[in-house]
Amino acid sequence: MALIEVIDLKKRYGDLEVLKGIDFHVEKGERIVIMGPSGSGKTTLLKCIVRLVEPTSGKIFFDGIEVTDPDVDIVEIRRRIGFVFQSFNLFPHLKVIDNIALPLRVVKGMRREEAYSRALAILKGIGLEDKAYNYPLQLSGGQQQRVAIARALAMDPDVMLLDEPTSALDPELVGEVLELLEDIARKGMTMVIVTHEVDFAEDIADRVIIIDEGVIVEEGTPEEVFYHPRKERTRRFLRRILRKRLHAKAP
Amino acid sequence: MEPILFILKILPFLLKGVKITLIVSFISFAIGFVLGIMAGIARLSDNRLIYSLSSTYVEIIRGTPLLVQILFIYFGLPRLGINLDPLTAGIVALSINSGAYQAEIVRAGIQSIPRGQVEAALSLGMKEWQVFRYVILPQAVRNMVPALVNELVTLIKDSSLVSVIGVAELTRRGEYVVAWSFRPFETYLAVALIYFIICFTSSKISRYLEERFAIPGMMRRGSRWL
Repeated sequence: MALIEVIDLKKRYGDLEVLKGIDFHVEKGERIVIMGPSGSGKTTLLKCIVRLVEPTSGKIFFDGIEVTDPDVDIVEIRRRIGFVFQSFNLFPHLKVIDNIALPLRVVKGMRREEAYSRALAILKGIGLEDKAYNYPLQLSGGQQQRVAIARALAMDPDVMLLDEPTSALDPELVGEVLELLEDIARKGMTMVIVTHEVDFAEDIADRVIIIDEGVIVEEGTPEEVFYHPRKERTRRFLRRILRKRLHAKAP
Repeated sequence: MEPILFILKILPFLLKGVKITLIVSFISFAIGFVLGIMAGIARLSDNRLIYSLSSTYVEIIRGTPLLVQILFIYFGLPRLGINLDPLTAGIVALSINSGAYQAEIVRAGIQSIPRGQVEAALSLGMKEWQVFRYVILPQAVRNMVPALVNELVTLIKDSSLVSVIGVAELTRRGEYVVAWSFRPFETYLAVALIYFIICFTSSKISRYLEERFAIPGMMRRGSRWL
């Protein structure tokens, strides 16, 4: 049984149909990369899975539980799914260590000392233990995103959903975040990642999904999608992001 | 020198009024804060009834003069069998009035918290009340401090209006002095100066609190933004 199963998912905002019937599934241990032009519905899709956005129609299952059931205990499901945002969304009024310890205490019910030692251990793991008592806005963007990833990871989720985790970062800070994500992937975490980083996708993904205008246009291994795309739309999209990448690499 | 000697002579009498002014202002501000929190949150409610009730309250208070509200509560309510002494009537009027303005401050403070904060907290598995308690409220209160102190300063000045129903606060005592001394120039100058000292001090304390509790790394008031 798939860990996540999305069936004919649609989302409309007034007249604007953002998702026009998406079907896909995620197996346990799989790494899936979702790509597509901006405004194609990638973020909406991820947010629907944890009901931060309410789907208009369709069904979503997580570990056999129907997420889209109005009576489902969505809080319980969110506890099992880690979510990383493009803009980090650390809590600016809490120290780095408290950002990680607070959910451990109030969501997992850990005692204070236990939560703090766990938070500190996690920060050590990402090499930021010396920033534990700083506030988020005193950190660089890359460091903030690493803390945000650590905060989600500390909850011991079954799967992590990452919404363009490096898009808000200065180019020189992208590397440290991608390295951390590769590290997490190596340890066997199930991941769904929305990203524009082609090299990263090629290295990490078991499957790549291309979304455009609310539908899946292409799906396959990185090899299939990047080197033998079947649809003209995919080729056009790849040309665009690859050209952008060439520009970025130019001196 | 003579005018200064006169002011020094009436000062002890006026300072007794300062005590009443401060008591009336701070009690009204505190009650207003409780009303403001409730009405402010209610203004953000999905529940139609709760929303309409709080909106009606806020709009009626903001749409009528404070002086009329004070007169109505002191002279009007006895018709309904509610008789309040001047001090109580003054505090009731100012509390209800300040509550409406504080409701708007609370509403704006909560709305100033970016949606991403709520999404992050929810995605970690927090319940809605936990999101409010641990993520929204601590940040919203910081954002509200300048506006709340501004409201307190306004309230201290507006409290002079309860002199019309006979509360012996600072302004009223100034009127007493003028009545027997016929020296409005020195008297009202002294009264104004005392109000200024109270309000100016409050603003300074506010500025200190803002900096003391500012979120490290976040842009502060007075810092450059261009």
